[in-house]
Amino acid sequence: MNSTDPEKLMTLPKKKFKFWNLIWVIIFIGGLFISTGVTKTSLGAFFSNFGQFADIFLQMLHPNWAYLGAVIPLLLETIKMAVLGTVIGSVLAFIYALLIARNIVKNKTVTGILRVIMNIIRTIPDLLLGAIFVAIVGIGPVAGILALAICTFGIVVKLFYEAIETIDPGPIEALTAVGANKLQIIVFAVLPQVITYFISYCLYAFEINVRASTVLGYIGAGGIGLYLQQTLQVFDYAKTGTIIIVIILVVVLIDYISSKSREALMN
Amino acid sequence: MADSAVKPIIELKNVNKIYGKDIVGLKDINLTINKGEFVVIVGLSGAGKSTLLRSINRLIDISAGDILIAGESITKAKGKELRMLRRNIGMIFQSFNLVKRSSVLRNVLTGRVAYYPTWKSTLNLFTKEDKQRAYDALQQVDLADKVYSRADELSGGQQQRVAIARVLTQNPDIILADEPTASLDPQTSRRVMQDLKMLNEKHGMTVIINLHSVQLAKEFGKRVIGVRAGEIIYDGKMSETPESTFNQIYSGGEKDE
Repeated sequence: MNSTDPEKLMTLPKKKFKFWNLIWVIIFIGGLFISTGVTKTSLGAFFSNFGQFADIFLQMLHPNWAYLGAVIPLLLETIKMAVLGTVIGSVLAFIYALLIARNIVKNKTVTGILRVIMNIIRTIPDLLLGAIFVAIVGIGPVAGILALAICTFGIVVKLFYEAIETIDPGPIEALTAVGANKLQIIVFAVLPQVITYFISYCLYAFEINVRASTVLGYIGAGGIGLYLQQTLQVFDYAKTGTIIIVIILVVVLIDYISSKSREALMN
Repeated sequence: MADSAVKPIIELKNVNKIYGKDIVGLKDINLTINKGEFVVIVGLSGAGKSTLLRSINRLIDISAGDILIAGESITKAKGKELRMLRRNIGMIFQSFNLVKRSSVLRNVLTGRVAYYPTWKSTLNLFTKEDKQRAYDALQQVDLADKVYSRADELSGGQQQRVAIARVLTQNPDIILADEPTASLDPQTSRRVMQDLKMLNEKHGMTVIINLHSVQLAKEFGKRVIGVRAGEIIYDGKMSETPESTFNQIYSGGEKDE
């Protein structure tokens, strides 16, 4: 990295830095070995059973198209879950983000407490949320929708409040000077600056939700995941293949439409 | 120095502002501005011009003293009372402070927001009269053809004139202009100053402008207030102000301008 002979003053701190880098690399590699030991990871098992994988994969490559009739309604249910979850979660996130943005709510105690609550909600994984809601509202898509709503909330609220905090404060000042009240300031000075970001984040959350909702059925929270689980349990890989192909198609399509619309929004 | 038959519209009484623990923003300011005056405040950057101006509509809270707007204390006003006082004070900013993604018309209409209940303004239910008022204001600053343009499509000078149209639509008795020409070229600056003069002469609004351009101050100001290190060191008619006074105002600061 350094040139050969000039051992100038500049190289001295660099040397120390490099030394620590080396230590970290050793620690990292050591950690890797220790964790494979602890978790009993065996790459060998993966390769020795590769034939089985190839077998499953081949069966999935011959999907059972007759099964499509059964898959489509559940697929639609999955998408509906994603849509509803996104809408509910986004609406909540919209309001909540305004309450935790420090350029809108000046009281640091209020924003601080609300942010801690937000961070707690954000740490719960979607499958756990699904399981909790299945326990609360019973098996079915309602549990899935609620789980997705909370996930959406977690994603959108964080991105959105950060967007709010980076806006140009000038219009807020101007509206304050005009004698506008808090809500009027939000509507006239804040929202015009952030609304496209908000829509973009909602679409982003929707993309994630479509993917997440396909597995939620696994734990009984509605949607296509239910069939995924059923077919896998009886080793009917032809049917599993059908489901997976359909899911991939839908996810890719929705991702594409969503990201195109987000691009269009941002300019 | 009040002329006959004029009422004070802004009164600052022993106003002090301290930032943090011991940084003096304003020091014992006593100032009376009468209705219809055209005042320029000059001084170096950091002298306290901006603090002085912003304390008048309480964008900055003062540490001690009292400020009266048409006899009413803005220092003690709360909530709706404060908003009603602010409604009567227009403000022009150095950086225009338009909502760049909104249309020119919507920006101008924000001047009327404080005249509406929240729900009505939120739903964009401005009356026909107010929309016409906004359009008339745009005509007065020669921007009628830009009414539906997005604010960020306009040049700096045009944006500042939109801000002037916003103030015109607000129709206040007092206008505070904080370095309105600092981010504009000389020609555009003159145009903006003329528009402010128009607000003063045609609409009888009391105008107070912070300027650091001595040239513009001399050309447009009627009353000059010199500020240095948070204190008013000069207050008089522009026509009677000798050159040496400006030297005095602009001397003694390490930060040059």
